[in-house]
Amino acid sequence: MPTVRTTSAAETRQVAAALEPLLGAGDLLVLSGDLGAGKTAFVQGLAAALGVTGRVTSPTFTLAHTYQGRLRLHHLDVYRFADPSEVLDLDLPELLADDAVTAVEWGETVLSELPGDFLRLEIRFGGPEESPDVRWLDFEPQGAGWRARAAALEAALEGGALPAPRRGAAAGSETG
Amino acid sequence: MSGLILGIETSCDDTGAAVVSEDLEIVSNVVARQLEVHARYGGIVPEIASRVHVSEVMPTVARALAEAGVRGEDLAALAVTRGPGLIGSLLVGVSAAKALALAWDRPLVGVNHLEGHLASASLGAETVAYPCLVLLVSGGHTLLAEVAAPGAYRVLGATRDDSVGEAYDKVARLLGLGFPGGPVIDRLALQGTDRLGFPRPMLHEGLDFSFSGLKSAVVNLVRREAELPVEDVAASFAAAVMDVLLAKLDRALQRPGFRSLAVVGGVAASPILRQRLEEIRQRRGIQVCLPPIALATDNAAMIAAAAWPQLRRDGANALDFGADAGLTLPEAGPTPGGAAPAPGAR
Repeated sequence: MPTVRTTSAAETRQVAAALEPLLGAGDLLVLSGDLGAGKTAFVQGLAAALGVTGRVTSPTFTLAHTYQGRLRLHHLDVYRFADPSEVLDLDLPELLADDAVTAVEWGETVLSELPGDFLRLEIRFGGPEESPDVRWLDFEPQGAGWRARAAALEAALEGGALPAPRRGAAAGSETG
Repeated sequence: MSGLILGIETSCDDTGAAVVSEDLEIVSNVVARQLEVHARYGGIVPEIASRVHVSEVMPTVARALAEAGVRGEDLAALAVTRGPGLIGSLLVGVSAAKALALAWDRPLVGVNHLEGHLASASLGAETVAYPCLVLLVSGGHTLLAEVAAPGAYRVLGATRDDSVGEAYDKVARLLGLGFPGGPVIDRLALQGTDRLGFPRPMLHEGLDFSFSGLKSAVVNLVRREAELPVEDVAASFAAAVMDVLLAKLDRALQRPGFRSLAVVGGVAASPILRQRLEEIRQRRGIQVCLPPIALATDNAAMIAAAAWPQLRRDGANALDFGADAGLTLPEAGPTPGGAAPAPGAR
């Protein structure tokens, strides 16, 4: 599972941009991470790399935003959901069938309602000895489609637009 | 009685119905709040919201009519929020309004929720003078607009990431203060000191806003220093937000021609913001129009108030209009005082 360390929201956006060439219609990204981790920043980087020109704002209150780039991008936020079944209100299956990339913030809460094939991203804060802006991005391919792209994912993240990408062996072991 | 409009608002968490006269007198205003349900979840839960709207909308309408002493058949028109908002919630209001309009044979006006907030300033003590600079600050929106006349808007700036209300709610959640975040943070802020040096994002830069970095700064600090007095965190956060809002207002008011400033949306209920606006009123000598505190958050009176000029200008909607979760403010050209085109109306 590739892990990347970033030191600013701008670098988090660059990681997303490095990932973008791998994305195709129907792809699902599930983003986890505490408040302020940089989930929206990641989606902003993704949108910019997809060629979206409009402004990408937090969908926390509005739940779903759709943008048009090289592919359509659905940006969802299920922060305010109490029960996973509420994701049905968002018509997620239809969004996924829409030849678009779908990114779901706080998606870990609705995993039981999601299809089995997605790229999971967990954004963790750095340790107390690190700068407060440090984040660790753990990518975890789920399902056959994403596991088949695991090598390409690692290559993209390693050779991506990052000034100093670093890979860790496993989640939880890097922050010390 | 010249005529009455019944407004219906179900765009988010509250079910509202209100009767407003043509001279913008609020004859009745009923809000069924779902806060008690939502507080347990730390936010608005859309599925619950739309289900509660279904059970609340007709009793709320009946109460608004009864309190106004008017029958549905005798209304001048009905008005309903058609967007933006949560689609499931919007559909409940739009469907109910269409059914009632058909049953009572009355015209129906589909109202933009954002225009409703802008109209809420006309329900306050001051008469809005145009051109007006409007700051809309709520959970879903943060924007600055020039309003040449009702219906003629030009957005001057908006948030690039989080809204003000969202930043308030997320900081409140981080501090374990519950939902909604605004009132409790403001109350604590009045007992604390602005000493934590939080950033004022984009303070010296244009008319756009950004609150994500401020939220992250609060998160970064609170994660590292568990012993911080919550009052000081609240005071430092609120001061940073207000400094940014005031700086943007000052910058926008440097443009000539504004005859009033209106601040609307849920955050317009903030006592700290109202205090800071008093500074700007005195310093710039500009008329400041605020909704009554009860009408700053979502309500149906503002929807009926926005419907009156829209009805006079564009007439009623055909009943085939739909709810639109992503509706934006209809933008007019920069012609001051000119009649704006009204998309979607007929």
